[in-house]
Amino acid sequence: MLGGGKSCVAVAMSGGVDSSTAAALLKEEGYEVIGLTMHLWDQTQDGRGKFGRCCSPEDIHDARRVADQIGIPHYVINLRKAFAEEVVDYFVAEYLKGRTPNPCVLCNEKIKFDLLLRKAEELGAKALATGHYARIELCSSPKKPLRYLLRRGKDRNKDQSYFLFSMTQEQMSKVLFPLGEKSKAEVRQQALKLGLRVAKKAESQEICFVPDDDYRRFVEKRKGREISQPGEIVNRDGKVLGFHRGLHSYTIGQRRGLGIAAPHPYYVLALDAERNRVVAGKKEELIAHGLVASGVNWISFPRLEGEVEALVQIRHRHPGTPAILSPLDMGRVKVDFKIPLNSVTPGQAAVFYLEDEVLGGGWIERAL
Amino acid sequence: MRRVYMDHNATTPVHPEVLEAMMPFFMEKFGNASSIHWAGREVKKYMDEARENVAALLNATPNEIIFTGCGTESDNMAIKGVAFAAREKGRHIITTQVEHHAVLHTCQFLEKMGYEITYLPVDSEGLIDLTELRHSIRDQTILITIMFANNETGTIFPVQKIGEIAREKGIIFHTDAIQAAGKVPIDLQRLPVDILSLSGHKLYAPKGIGAQYIRSGTPLTSLIHGGAQERNRRAGTENVPYIVGLGKASEIARRDLQKRHDHLLALRDRLHQGIINRIPHVKLNGHPTERLPNTLNMSFLYIEGESLLLNLDLEGVAVSSGSACTSGSLESSHVLLAMGIPPEVAQSAIRFGLGWSNTLEDVDYTVEVLPRIVQRLRDMSPLYQKRVGMAL
Repeated sequence: MLGGGKSCVAVAMSGGVDSSTAAALLKEEGYEVIGLTMHLWDQTQDGRGKFGRCCSPEDIHDARRVADQIGIPHYVINLRKAFAEEVVDYFVAEYLKGRTPNPCVLCNEKIKFDLLLRKAEELGAKALATGHYARIELCSSPKKPLRYLLRRGKDRNKDQSYFLFSMTQEQMSKVLFPLGEKSKAEVRQQALKLGLRVAKKAESQEICFVPDDDYRRFVEKRKGREISQPGEIVNRDGKVLGFHRGLHSYTIGQRRGLGIAAPHPYYVLALDAERNRVVAGKKEELIAHGLVASGVNWISFPRLEGEVEALVQIRHRHPGTPAILSPLDMGRVKVDFKIPLNSVTPGQAAVFYLEDEVLGGGWIERAL
Repeated sequence: MRRVYMDHNATTPVHPEVLEAMMPFFMEKFGNASSIHWAGREVKKYMDEARENVAALLNATPNEIIFTGCGTESDNMAIKGVAFAAREKGRHIITTQVEHHAVLHTCQFLEKMGYEITYLPVDSEGLIDLTELRHSIRDQTILITIMFANNETGTIFPVQKIGEIAREKGIIFHTDAIQAAGKVPIDLQRLPVDILSLSGHKLYAPKGIGAQYIRSGTPLTSLIHGGAQERNRRAGTENVPYIVGLGKASEIARRDLQKRHDHLLALRDRLHQGIINRIPHVKLNGHPTERLPNTLNMSFLYIEGESLLLNLDLEGVAVSSGSACTSGSLESSHVLLAMGIPPEVAQSAIRFGLGWSNTLEDVDYTVEVLPRIVQRLRDMSPLYQKRVGMAL
């Protein structure tokens, strides 16, 4: 991707062990490396949660110390305004629409590989590297034009390709994933060998701007108390089964907290934001035979011409289901599962794989 | 790669003569100045000498000078000190929108405590309207605090005239002279100023020492209580080595004032000329003539100041945008915005602060590397592509 000869690369450093090791590896390989840490959000000092949330003062500090250790320049890039608008506001708006958002994809698409990438280029870098477990490959077939492909990270358990489905060809030509061929264990080993101070740092599994994974509280705080409008819980026929305390407290497939006295358990089937209702039903009703995805981005080819067989993942930790994809209008795709699935959640990402290649992905509009 | 430091408004290196003057007071003459024995006695006279030197720089008397921990502390002391001492007389304070955060945040703190603050606006060159100042004075006004020179643009305020207005109305006048001291002459025999704040590390003394001029008879409540040091105005064991350092720096500043002034002015104007000759679409922020001899704040249109800053750093040139204390977040400068400068233009501003050790070669190197950085950034800038006509 960079052509012959080493040149200048920027690395997005979060202060965690992955991006720190990525930076160290690139420096060892002879690149001229610049460390960049994004300042995305101001964490309030709740006193809870000591580590693992992006761009807390400790994380920025850790990134800077690693940069010092490796011997590279390090800058903090202020992207708070864009992050609040593109990621946080989107996050809140989706919940209020009764959908379950995936902010990490938006952050990659709009912040990291857009604004941060541009910043890196402004500093003279030819590419931006991150610590993602994924692989970019330039595919040159004799009859086809050059195309960048996205593959899963070699460590299937750590694979983060799911969050990268919206990458464009242009972005991929300027991005590096140095950890794509490595396992997490190898990365930690490498970090220890290099003596990086963050080698033993714990991982963050939460969304970086939501303290303690408490999405409900976050959305309430951001929007104000008024959004917690109670409403009806109904079944598919519209019969009222009970009451809910605010749509944003519920997620598709949820069983707990419905407060419906019945011989069998009820599950959340859908969230009707327009009428402020939770639609609940029996477990069998959760089953979906397919889904419609919108805003689909294709990586392996420019557009979907006909039907294609692929494995579809509807969540990061979902093993994937074989399905048939067919094009619809306006960049949408119809996905027919070969085996029905539970808990297809509007707002989540549906990513299409062929073996370890990411064909593309889109946003789940509704279950079929 | 050459290293050029051009951020002397953020801080300055310690002058070699200053460091030399300080050294004996760490290990040999280390006594507590308040002690009655020989160890205490032997440092007292050096403190007195330092105090005389600071006073001389300002043409004030030594007993009107007290030492503080830093310039920010001096600002805090002046404003809170007067506010608390005069709280029975009134609760209204007048300041400007372009003060340093040490002044602004102190005023905001007082607002939360029930004081009323008038933040005077400034014009496009950064100066207040004296008539507006006059009209904002009320019966309950107890303090006017207006800076001597602005740290971001270098614009120098008409301190004489402001002082006269304050004197006429019988109101205490404090001026934050942290950027001005040592760069322009300050004569407190002539200037009707009641309190003046000073900072060591802008004057080639170390960080962690400041001073305050308080005209005799000015009522001020202490902020730091404890011992009787500094005539009961500021408790705490005297930081003798640093006081000596500040004294020496003041002595040198007074000795070299004219020489430094001419040197800085020549370099600054060479830098300014070099930039406007080689780079189009640039704008000076600040007063064209009433400006500190070392400060040059310029906007480079169509690009982001942050990118310019980082690129210059990668070429070895250290400058800043906004003021150092807020640089962590690189928000738009409140000073430039108060001057009516549009946000995009304010965002593209860079501040050059020259110092006594800068040379012609430093200026020429900067003038050499700047144009290609600016051009490269402009080529990547969608704003530049559109070439929107901006009213300068």
